[in-house]
Amino acid sequence: MSPSVPLQEMIRAIRSARTQCEERGVIQRECAAIRAQFRQADNGGRSHNLAKLLYVHMLGYPAHFGQMECVRMIASPRYSEKRVGYLGAMMLLDEKQDASLLITNSIKNDLSHSNQYVQSLALCTLACMGSAEMCRDLAPEIDRLLRASNSYIKKKAALCAVHIVRKVHELGELFAPAARSLLSEKNHGVLHGAVVLIIELCERNPETLERFRKTVPDLVQIMKGLVLSGYSPEHDVAGISDPFLQVRILRLLRILGHNNEGASDAMNDLLAQVATNTDSTKTVGNAVLYETVLTVLDIKSESGLRVLAVNILGRFLLNNDRNIRYIAMTSLQKIVGTDHNAVQRHRGTIVDCLKDQDASVKRRALELSLALVSATNIRSMMKELLIFLSSCPVELKSHAASGIFNAAERYAPSQRWHIDTILHVLTTAGGDVRDETVPNLIQLITNASELHCYTVHKLYRALLIDISTQSLVQVSCWCIGEYGDLLLRGECQETEPVQVTEDDVLDALETVLQSHMSSPATRGFALTATMKLSTRITDNVDRIRSVVSIYGSCIDVELQQRAVEYNALFKKYDHMRAAVLERMPVIEKNSPGHTNGESTGEALKETQGSRMKPTEPKQLPQPANQVCDLLGLLGGSEETLQPGPFAAPGLLTNTASTAGGDLLDLLGDLEPEPLTPAPIVPVYDKDGVALTLSCEKQSDVALTVTLTASNSTDADISSFTLQAAVPKSVQLHMKAPSGDSLPARGAAKVTQMVVLNNPNKVNLKMKVRISYSSRGSTFQDTVQIDSFPGL
Amino acid sequence: MMRFLLLFSRQGKLRLQKWFTPMTEREKKKITRDMTTMVLSRQPRSCNFLHWKDLKIIYKRYASLYFCLAIENQENELIALEVIHRYVELLDKYFGNVCELDIIFNFEKAYFILDEFLMGGEIQETSKQMVNRSIEASDMLQEGDSSEWFEVELFG
Repeated sequence: MSPSVPLQEMIRAIRSARTQCEERGVIQRECAAIRAQFRQADNGGRSHNLAKLLYVHMLGYPAHFGQMECVRMIASPRYSEKRVGYLGAMMLLDEKQDASLLITNSIKNDLSHSNQYVQSLALCTLACMGSAEMCRDLAPEIDRLLRASNSYIKKKAALCAVHIVRKVHELGELFAPAARSLLSEKNHGVLHGAVVLIIELCERNPETLERFRKTVPDLVQIMKGLVLSGYSPEHDVAGISDPFLQVRILRLLRILGHNNEGASDAMNDLLAQVATNTDSTKTVGNAVLYETVLTVLDIKSESGLRVLAVNILGRFLLNNDRNIRYIAMTSLQKIVGTDHNAVQRHRGTIVDCLKDQDASVKRRALELSLALVSATNIRSMMKELLIFLSSCPVELKSHAASGIFNAAERYAPSQRWHIDTILHVLTTAGGDVRDETVPNLIQLITNASELHCYTVHKLYRALLIDISTQSLVQVSCWCIGEYGDLLLRGECQETEPVQVTEDDVLDALETVLQSHMSSPATRGFALTATMKLSTRITDNVDRIRSVVSIYGSCIDVELQQRAVEYNALFKKYDHMRAAVLERMPVIEKNSPGHTNGESTGEALKETQGSRMKPTEPKQLPQPANQVCDLLGLLGGSEETLQPGPFAAPGLLTNTASTAGGDLLDLLGDLEPEPLTPAPIVPVYDKDGVALTLSCEKQSDVALTVTLTASNSTDADISSFTLQAAVPKSVQLHMKAPSGDSLPARGAAKVTQMVVLNNPNKVNLKMKVRISYSSRGSTFQDTVQIDSFPGL
Repeated sequence: MMRFLLLFSRQGKLRLQKWFTPMTEREKKKITRDMTTMVLSRQPRSCNFLHWKDLKIIYKRYASLYFCLAIENQENELIALEVIHRYVELLDKYFGNVCELDIIFNFEKAYFILDEFLMGGEIQETSKQMVNRSIEASDMLQEGDSSEWFEVELFG
């Protein structure tokens, strides 16, 4: 075909411009000429002018003045002008432009043109930029073309129909019958278009999906033909017959077989055949295998087939091609939740991929490795992860650090191992950890009382080496402040003893205080630690006193305030100093997965026995009469129902050692006991959703109940509501719940307070109905609470 | 579904752009900038797949041109690589040992070929020969058109 000379001359002129300014000049001149030409009547060079304009547009210059020219060219009888006109329409017009409506008529005419190439231009343009109105207008025409035309037009009409369905969902119904009949065509282009159309229809409408399930046998036949047929020169790509069509059919089978036993059974054999027969030496073969694996894993396939699929992914992991390794890991990530054991078998290869050069592969390997950590392999996995952390790219460091912390918290085999791991992470990547690491680590250390000596020695040594990592320095300062006496004592069971003098310790802390690398928070830690040491060392108290008084005039306000207060502690309140600075008690962690409610039960027992007070009935605010009978919630007719959602805080699974008959006749005390937390009783635990209850007596007829809900499954829960019923004479008042959604794995809880008033002092009972949605379905359950702890 | 296809040189100059969803000029410019920066900064032997927003970006370098294809998240990346390769093969067959200059000076032909291969973000024709035959036929039709016009010119 002869090239467009004027166009090429212009391109040459633009390319020979040496500076941006020169280029702009050339383009401005050309655009002016083009505009002038557009205004003239029909001349032979119209298509060349428009082509020039499109080139200029691609370089990034404005070309909107060509829109009307496109419209005119499309209406021209000459094919060359139509061709460029339609191209211009696709490049310059989109559905947001007003001019696009003007071409609707031209497209309509061209759809019925005698020449198939003109029809094809119209179809292509419609599929590229057809607006919703245009689609509605022309849909019947497309349907006609789908049924009665040659295969060249049919395949284009099919993809046009796909575009129409995407724009106007309701029109899907129009194309369903035609799509069904297209499946019996032999032409691959038409078949491919038909499969794409059916995929689109099934994804939009579940009823259509049901109807198309009947086509599974036909699809299986077509696939078999492709897989088992000999060499076909027209469609062969490296030994695979029409891989594009194969991949599309596999995709449709996946949609049809998802959640459906019958359809999945019908395709089992075929999938096994494709999985075993496809040649995997080239990328094409692997593309088909990949799609097959995705299909097998998404339908209700039998276990043998699933194992085959996971093994294929395992083979992919060993492939030299980085792309294949990457997609293998992406797919394994999707199934690590459901087929955990199968993926575990390939753990070694996955861990090796941590050392890959490519950043995308590394990221995938990290996520997969973190998902594969379990109690059995924690030690070896952590070794690998720590090696990875020391050499990983910067953007992955904080993700890796937090992943390691989570894994360590869940599966730590011993406290010493846990502390060692966290210290290791802090030394390698301390700058990238999150803020709550410091208090978490401190809490961990206080809990491991046998290891205080070991910990403080290790931290002291770390501090001597390097004081740039703020989180590490903060924890070290805190420990030295708390356990400095253990440090000075010298001997330690777990590590080699080293002689540390008081001056050494104070020197270390002063270095931190004075260093320009220390952040203000770190310096605060160091100052407080220095102060605490004043009760733990014997000789150098004066040195501490002088340090503290120097900082009394520090520019940093926080430090100054601390120093002044400590100074005051030395001067005026010296008698209290020992008490103020003594060892901290074990810090309780208020997060899920930790059980530390043992202390609360005993405390309550002690206080129960000592109160005997006259009670005055407290009148609680009576809620408005809202008795409405919720079907089936109430067993007998004597119970009234108070509707309303409520939730409860706190997930401390403490077995109710305090519930029982001997507490029922105890008169409640009027003074609230601030230091004794109420006992928490689990009342419901099913399918990962747990509900606990704690209550506090306000008077001998009033009771405040706090309910806490938590979710330990892997899926988020939404629309979580609770309803309650109590015996008739009891009044119920619900406060607003803290929320109605429970994120997965206990990340947050929902709490609500309920106030009960029992003036007739009947036997208090409560029926609770729990309802929530999870993974798209709703659940409901009821539990009866007969005993209230602390009552 | 494919969302867009971009061809650009190693200096980041755009040689071809095909958008399969409607977008404003500003959005197109921004996406083009993002793609060129992301792809051009990749190491030579790294993975051909990237993540960008909610799309997967498949890119491959052929001589001095980068082909950058964006697909939706549920699509098959390996087959997308094959799509890019198929398009390069079509260009090669048409121009005969295609190079970047061919695409620069005959960009409208590159578009015509693309429009016979892909449509509405999906593959239109899976057979190489069919696509080639359609392009040849359309070209002849165009030729017939212009020769008609030349004849008119000659005879006044």
